[in-house]
Amino acid sequence: MGTFVVRRLLRAVFVCVGVSLITFALLHVVGNPVLLLLPQNASDADVKLLKEKLGLERSLWVQYAVFLADALRGDFGQSLFTQESALALIWERMPATLELTLAGMLVGLGIAIPLGVVSAIRRGSLTDRLCTVGAVAGQAMPIFWLGIMLIILFAVLLRLLPASGRGTPAHLILPAVTLGAYLAPLTMRLTRSGMLDVLTQDYIRTARAKGVGERVLLFKHGLRNAAIPIVTVLGVQFGRLLGGAIVTETVFAWPGVASLALKAIRTYDYPVVQGSVVLLALLIVLVNVLTDIAVTCLDPRIRLEERSA
Amino acid sequence: MRSLRRLRFLAVGAAMVGVAVTCAVIAPVLAPGDPYAQSVGDRLIPPVWGADGSWKHPLGTDPLGRDILSRIIYGARISISAGALAVAVSMLLGVIMGLVAGYFRGTADAAISNLVDVMLAFPFLLLALAAVAALGPGFGNMIVVLGLTGWPIYTRVVRAETLKFREREFVLAARALGLGSFRILRAHVLPNLVNTIIVMASLEVARMIILESFLSFLGLGIQPPTPSWGAMLGEGRVYMLTHWWLAALPGAAIFVTTLGINLFGDGLRDLLDPHRVLSSAASARTE
Repeated sequence: MGTFVVRRLLRAVFVCVGVSLITFALLHVVGNPVLLLLPQNASDADVKLLKEKLGLERSLWVQYAVFLADALRGDFGQSLFTQESALALIWERMPATLELTLAGMLVGLGIAIPLGVVSAIRRGSLTDRLCTVGAVAGQAMPIFWLGIMLIILFAVLLRLLPASGRGTPAHLILPAVTLGAYLAPLTMRLTRSGMLDVLTQDYIRTARAKGVGERVLLFKHGLRNAAIPIVTVLGVQFGRLLGGAIVTETVFAWPGVASLALKAIRTYDYPVVQGSVVLLALLIVLVNVLTDIAVTCLDPRIRLEERSA
Repeated sequence: MRSLRRLRFLAVGAAMVGVAVTCAVIAPVLAPGDPYAQSVGDRLIPPVWGADGSWKHPLGTDPLGRDILSRIIYGARISISAGALAVAVSMLLGVIMGLVAGYFRGTADAAISNLVDVMLAFPFLLLALAAVAALGPGFGNMIVVLGLTGWPIYTRVVRAETLKFREREFVLAARALGLGSFRILRAHVLPNLVNTIIVMASLEVARMIILESFLSFLGLGIQPPTPSWGAMLGEGRVYMLTHWWLAALPGAAIFVTTLGINLFGDGLRDLLDPHRVLSSAASARTE
């Protein structure tokens, strides 16, 4: 178990370095911050001056080393427009993003897990078929469109909920439902297939044969074993969920990290872009590590394999 | 019975995709008007079922007086071609890397697998957004970015499958006969993966269409006045308080197309690989 955690953490560190390298390369090799920041008719002297000011005249490797060293200390530079620390700007927005992500996850799981379990138990029933059709339709739904449709229906036509912004719990409802609807279809399908896999196992048949009640069978023997694939999926889905949060934040003008990053992308405020991409990726890496560790704890087979290895 | 129902999904999906592709191919024949023609006198006419709607503009007009139905029909060109091209780029890259990693193992495998891990740790959308912003908006750049960010899924699946096949008797026999690695991969391994790749690619087209629309929705993809569903949705959003159909209709076009593709892809998966239906968990996990 201990070696597993250490190995997993080392891998996570490697991934983080990779993430920082790609982000850096993207903004400095593919894009050219100086040309983006200065007007087209800027003189060579202006270009040189700005390059010096931003430290861009040094070689790329030196720049990357400086960026990495600063990033490790939590310094992603200053916003080119407000001169505030990029980290502070991002940090300020983080609670909003986490709030939305968690609320979306709760809505998504609240829909997906019960429906997935019911579909698996009543396989082939009308409920199962409706759920499957709903999941296929849900997976095809562009969530930015869904968000806009929800705004039109609940904010414009029915005037029940606010259309955008953050503040009261009512503000959270539409964005959370939108994000939940994005997460639910795939999670439901995976819960259903995970549960089906478990329900066809020999130990379930044995338990049923020796007269274990259906309720105990489902919850103690079934769902508990199906929890392993579900937890794994949730970890993998977290990245998708953050992606969905980017879209949701944009549609609902939710003041989170993603909308900050998007604004920074539009204004070429690259320290803020770099900082938000790296921090969001770190969050995903962290969640993936925690998921792997949680799965190991849940599944005695993996624990034993590790010990014998 | 079950397979019959699946076939029905496949047929419905194929029909929906067929409509979208037909729109894209013969847009000039189908469209009632010029998608670019502006008319100040015909601004913001509601669709035919609205109070002032008329059959002259069945789905109404936008703030510049352009016919929405014509723009939606022409918009299919952008979405379908962007989806198909982005998938072609990412599939080519992903399959090659997956074959190399799975067949040769060793350093190549370690490098590629680690790169896949890194790519999958990114908030994909944010990466695409940053890349498009760095390169500048436009159709070509968008395809490059979507293609370069979409490959890891193929690599992961193809690598896993290649690992399985490289130990199979026919591959060992081919190697014993002295066939080169390239020949073995092309003639003996790849043909066994074609079904898996086709299914994955067909489902990816839908995802790429949604991503393309989102980029255009944000103004980072297709630039005006070119009609694209995402850009129309983005323009319509401004008017959603008063003219809801401007945002609703192009979004519905995206939804119907991606739904058709997903139905088609799911049906195809069951048709090409029936034993997988029983363990759909494994295949769904790759999504």
